[in-house]
Amino acid sequence: MAEFANLFNGFATVLAFQDVNIFGTQMYLPFNVFLMVVGIVLGVIIGVLPGLGGANGVAILLPLTFSMQPTSAVILLSCIYWGALFGGAITSILFNIPGEPWSVATTFDGYPMAQQGRAGEALTAAFTSSFIGAFFAVIMITLLAPMVAAFALRFGAAEKFAVYFLAFASFVGLSKEPPFKTLAAMVIGFALATFGTDHMTGSLRLTFGSQYLLPGFDFLIAVIGLFGIGEILLTMEEGLKFKGKDAKINLRVVLDTWKKLPAYWWTYLRSCLIGCWMGITPAGATPASFMSYGIAKRVSKNGKNFGNGEIEGVIAPETAAHAAGKSALLPMLALGVPGSPTAAVLLGGLLIWGLQPGPTLFTENSEFVWGLIASMYLGNVVGLIIVLTCVPLLAAILRVPFGIIAPIILMFCAVGAYTVRNSFFDVIMMLAFGLLGYLFKKTNYPLAPLVLAMVLGDRAEEAFRQALVGSGGSLGVFFSNGLVSTIMALGFIALFWSVISAGLSRIRGTAPATAG
Amino acid sequence: MSGDGNAADQGPAHRTIELAVAAGIGIFAILVVYGALQAGIGWGFEGPKAGFFPFIMGTILIGATAMNLWHAFQGSRTKVFADWGALKQVGAVTIPIAVYIVLIPFIGIYISSAILIAYFMQRISSYGVVRTALVSIGVPLVTFFVFERWFLVALPKGPLEAMLGY
Amino acid sequence: MIQSKRNSLFVAAAALGVALSGTPASAQWEPQRTVEIIVPAGTGGGADQMARAIQGIVAKHNLMKQSMIVVNKAGGAGSEGFLDVKGSAGNPHKLIITLSNLFTTPLGTNQPFSYKDFTPVAMLALDEFVLWVNAEKPYKNVKEFLEAAKKGGFKMAGTGSRQEDQIITAAIEKAAGVKFTYVPYRGGGEVAVQLVGNHADATVNNPIEAVAHWKGGKLRPLCVFDGKTLPYNEKIAGDAAWSSIPTCKSQGLDVEYLMLRGFFMTPGATPEQVKFYVDLFQKVRATPEWKDLMNNGAFNTTFMTGKEYVEWVSKEHTRHLNLMKEAGFLSTN
Repeated sequence: MAEFANLFNGFATVLAFQDVNIFGTQMYLPFNVFLMVVGIVLGVIIGVLPGLGGANGVAILLPLTFSMQPTSAVILLSCIYWGALFGGAITSILFNIPGEPWSVATTFDGYPMAQQGRAGEALTAAFTSSFIGAFFAVIMITLLAPMVAAFALRFGAAEKFAVYFLAFASFVGLSKEPPFKTLAAMVIGFALATFGTDHMTGSLRLTFGSQYLLPGFDFLIAVIGLFGIGEILLTMEEGLKFKGKDAKINLRVVLDTWKKLPAYWWTYLRSCLIGCWMGITPAGATPASFMSYGIAKRVSKNGKNFGNGEIEGVIAPETAAHAAGKSALLPMLALGVPGSPTAAVLLGGLLIWGLQPGPTLFTENSEFVWGLIASMYLGNVVGLIIVLTCVPLLAAILRVPFGIIAPIILMFCAVGAYTVRNSFFDVIMMLAFGLLGYLFKKTNYPLAPLVLAMVLGDRAEEAFRQALVGSGGSLGVFFSNGLVSTIMALGFIALFWSVISAGLSRIRGTAPATAG
Repeated sequence: MSGDGNAADQGPAHRTIELAVAAGIGIFAILVVYGALQAGIGWGFEGPKAGFFPFIMGTILIGATAMNLWHAFQGSRTKVFADWGALKQVGAVTIPIAVYIVLIPFIGIYISSAILIAYFMQRISSYGVVRTALVSIGVPLVTFFVFERWFLVALPKGPLEAMLGY
Repeated sequence: MIQSKRNSLFVAAAALGVALSGTPASAQWEPQRTVEIIVPAGTGGGADQMARAIQGIVAKHNLMKQSMIVVNKAGGAGSEGFLDVKGSAGNPHKLIITLSNLFTTPLGTNQPFSYKDFTPVAMLALDEFVLWVNAEKPYKNVKEFLEAAKKGGFKMAGTGSRQEDQIITAAIEKAAGVKFTYVPYRGGGEVAVQLVGNHADATVNNPIEAVAHWKGGKLRPLCVFDGKTLPYNEKIAGDAAWSSIPTCKSQGLDVEYLMLRGFFMTPGATPEQVKFYVDLFQKVRATPEWKDLMNNGAFNTTFMTGKEYVEWVSKEHTRHLNLMKEAGFLSTN
């Protein structure tokens, strides 16, 4: 198979020793491997700092790479991206603050685990799952690139809407909260997503003449506030307890956790498939993580315990997010369509380095493409080693007393909120969302449907309207061919399945359901 | 303040807060509907107009809120939301955070953060002056280098940083 | 091990930041602080790429003592960025890179700013637009395409709404007496793929957004919306080069459109301050990296400053006003 020969050439490119001049010293070393390590470490740092996401991190460092070979540059930048994917989970688990949008679903079970003193276990599971998801995606890219690219081409606006619909349908209807509160929370999310510029008509809506509302509400601001600040307020109310203090902290936790993971092979496989699919279509890592969590909760025999620190609730979203994050690079390389904001920035980089993403990239710049793919394999392994060795260190952060860690978290929340869009108004909104998060938690409005609606809302609306404009207003466009009809049908099944199962459990009696 | 006599000694009634939250959501929903009507909810020459989708969302939200208000109204009158002491604790962090955010545009995020950390370490916990000084100056300083120097990300800065040439 | 590498990267970044290059001391004005380039669009778009390329070139060649950072303020179709610069009067450390939304956003959304609020610095390039169709389609030239389009139901995919792509579409409709269904997408790459996947019938993508699919034999360029053919002779698809695409006018479709890639400063900037940046951009233009960038994107490399630039901008404003009025894109509120 030609792919394997290419891939081995790619490994050779990555591992090659080069004469390089680093800071005035002439050195002979595998420069690309060096860049890989630097990239992962920087990426983890970027992923940990909320707001300074992968896209920002890559954009900021892009100009620094112009003097490098394109292959070296893209290895550095893509490793930052992998690092950020790993890093996003850290703050989700430790402080309930998702460092990246796709780690929101990781907080649902990761944070409860940390509170029960199982932070090390949650981190290990998250990192390992990330690794498996990413590795699966890379194998798929290696073997199926042309086929997958052709599949991605079949996704027009209607198909995209169907994918968002399916992602949403798989997640809703899962909360234990009162149904009308769930509905209200979900609709608030959709409504928040519509503020600002309407991308379809270019006109403004719901800005009420205010300049501050022009950009709308950013998903990350809402998440930092609702989850991060809200959690600090709850902790204060409960009297300054951070429960992770007596966690056992040593490297054994990694091995102990690994022993548990093989039992979840089916969760892994399912999450990998969901992730790859969502990464290619391209819906992205965030919907993938929610969808995977939702499905896992439904089909798992421990489903009732999701949300209380179930390890499967960490595995499912993390695996899917990373499978999606990696496979999102494929449409970028093969079609020039970024599957994620970070991929968009990388795409800009490719153009500046004089590489044309698209069908010809694989043949014309095969050294570059296979070098990049090889670096995904190696970067993943390097990344896993780096982050796993940090697990005890990270878990130890929870030993820092609340009086010190709380203001530092607050500072990073403020920094994160500001850097998302360089807007001071966002910092104020962060606090507003924080208070809202506290009140919603106390009054039983679920936050998860709200954030999911917010992240999917505007894109789903856009795809919906694009499809309708194209069809001249006929809803038939959502059932106009086999692909879109199948996805829509799956979506409806997922949607009504939850209604049916909720109905069934009510008939059987609700009391045992909430006991777990 | 709760209108309920016997719960008021421990804290506000849960029912009061429920009603307030639902009412707040109701106001938000009305705003959304109003804004959507401004943007136009019909079918323009580019397909559905900008307000079409928010209008539907706003309308559903008004319906859901009506149900929630009804449920909240029927809810227990004696259940306490949280006792006053706990709420005082929440206020003890919310107010400093609000002050912190207001300070940022004037003195920059780094100095404000130093003050916030120092306040927490002194007032909410009680650490020694030396330790407080080390942490409250050290953390923003490291952050400064990470953002302004490594990543070349400009965060809000005040007169002190301007004096130093940033 | 990790620690030391992090440090060395820090050294590198710091060195780039405060590169004490040997520029001779003079009485001329120069930036005292970090210079911010505001991009009134999202990360990854054409303006953003150009701003970041300039940032990289300035850092690499030590063209300025202070460092340069790029800040995206995309909200409200770019109004966020423009209003920020408008509100920073007298701050000589802030520039804005513009695209057509300098004209279209105030006209289309009624936001309170106009090109007159800003101090013009220089036009660095103009972005070209090309009419693309799917290569499987039978029409080989503009005439055949318009014949087919007259039957109706053609979908034109484009970037954004009431912005350059839709304005060009409206201009084609008017010039040729056809009607398209315009479907807006977020980015040029996505638009090109919609065309490749046959979800649209035509696009007016920039060269750089569609070139890979042209090379791959998936798309076919019909004409370029410029007054003259492009000067790039390098073979791209078979024997075809950018220079072999005819102008739309020569094909009987009288539409011309070029998009500004230029810089403006905050209101009230002094001539010395403007001069510094004009000189800086001259130096940027002389670098090989810049030339590569122009080449890859098949840009129109017209450079303008001063009065000439101001006149060009005001003429473009009038043109956009007329085009948008005719198309019914002006703000109604």
